[in-house]
Amino acid sequence: MSYLPYAVAAWICLVGIAGIATSKNLIHLAVCLTITQSSSYVLLLSVGYVKHGKAPIFVGRKVGSTAADPVVQALTLTDVVVSVAVIALILALALDAHRLSGTVDPDGIADMSG
Amino acid sequence: MSRRIRMLVLGPALAGFGALFAWAIAGLPAFGDYRGPYGFVLNRVVVPMRHTTNVVMGTTFDVRGVDTMGEEFILYAAVVGVTLLLRDETRSRQAERRTRRLPNETVRLVGVVMVGAGLLVGLWLMAFGYITPGGGFQGGVLAAGAILLLYVVGSHRDFRPFRNEHFLDPLEGVGAGGYAIVGLAALLSGTAFLTNLFGLGRTGTLLSSGSIAILNWASAIAVTCAMLLLFAEFLETYVVPLEPEDAGS
Amino acid sequence: MVLATLAPLQAVAFGLVALGAPLVVLTRDPLRQALVNGIYGVSLVCLFVVLQAPDPALSMLVVSGVGYPLVILAAIARVRGKEPGEEKKEDDEP
Repeated sequence: MSYLPYAVAAWICLVGIAGIATSKNLIHLAVCLTITQSSSYVLLLSVGYVKHGKAPIFVGRKVGSTAADPVVQALTLTDVVVSVAVIALILALALDAHRLSGTVDPDGIADMSG
Repeated sequence: MSRRIRMLVLGPALAGFGALFAWAIAGLPAFGDYRGPYGFVLNRVVVPMRHTTNVVMGTTFDVRGVDTMGEEFILYAAVVGVTLLLRDETRSRQAERRTRRLPNETVRLVGVVMVGAGLLVGLWLMAFGYITPGGGFQGGVLAAGAILLLYVVGSHRDFRPFRNEHFLDPLEGVGAGGYAIVGLAALLSGTAFLTNLFGLGRTGTLLSSGSIAILNWASAIAVTCAMLLLFAEFLETYVVPLEPEDAGS
Repeated sequence: MVLATLAPLQAVAFGLVALGAPLVVLTRDPLRQALVNGIYGVSLVCLFVVLQAPDPALSMLVVSGVGYPLVILAAIARVRGKEPGEEKKEDDEP
């Protein structure tokens, strides 16, 4: 049971990938991609958790008291904000594909000829 | 390959990936049993060395500053990509003609109050980022969202001055480039890239932690302008191609 | 007992997140999926707070509340070709 957090992260990743593969709509695909990205955040923060530790903010606390790992939190917080821009880029590509082929179905776009 | 074949391949592929994942997880230490030295070292060392009480901010902008510079450049590149795909010069002039306001006065009042409140909270998150939880990234997205609320409660013309690309594009460059320039300044003075050169100040006040404060504001400006540009590009892609009103007052 | 390392609150937070992810994927309509994604974002914020990570929690809060709904809804509206409520020409300028 102490491996449950990592199993949850793996489950979310697999669910997201299954969603991407079975998607019939490019916008639905982009949201499933965000689900897969969130699995990496869950994994990072679970690895950095220290038992009985508090947040690594030392306002009014003694420096050096048990606290969670700040490195993975730094990685996660920048990643979350940047993922918005990446999803926006993917959605812009989807809009362009819709404009050129008239559909947001990934399979429909592949059949476009000419 | 057709969709059926794709679905048939997906099952075994996911099962194999899941098996590899399970094997990898079995090698991890148990949840809560953190062994790595860096977390413990940083929690003890960053506050006296950098005078910032938010160790995560100290890690983001100082100890692992190059990572954050890479992330900011990813943000910048993504915004450039979206702009290239969606921006159309002829549309920007047509956007002036839309004037449509929310009919419900209560919703508009609450929205207007929220614009000010959101902007203030965003600025507070940015300013106190290296003392309490917060920082340039979080405050930047919130401030951009608060400005965008102007579009929701007002009309596109209320939002238009904040969307001026002649102003936002250079400002975003200032944010992203400012980060690199602070790092290069350290390089030019003989120490390593992104060394914290500036005076460290008193822990727990706004005047502390040297270059972390400057990098924090640079990334806040970059993220705010990037988000405003993204939101504005997406909005105007669907606002204007609809039938514009001829007699917009 | 091995369950001692996983406090009940954390177990509930992990359970909510593990439940929310397939729900988002199974919602096929993009408009409804944007809403479910927002709720999933809130459950992720609760998880991050319980894992003693306030900075990522703040990031996820603003991003799932402001960032994702905006770009997703704008893309949906563009694909559908009309913005709801735009058909009637309303000009209540004083």
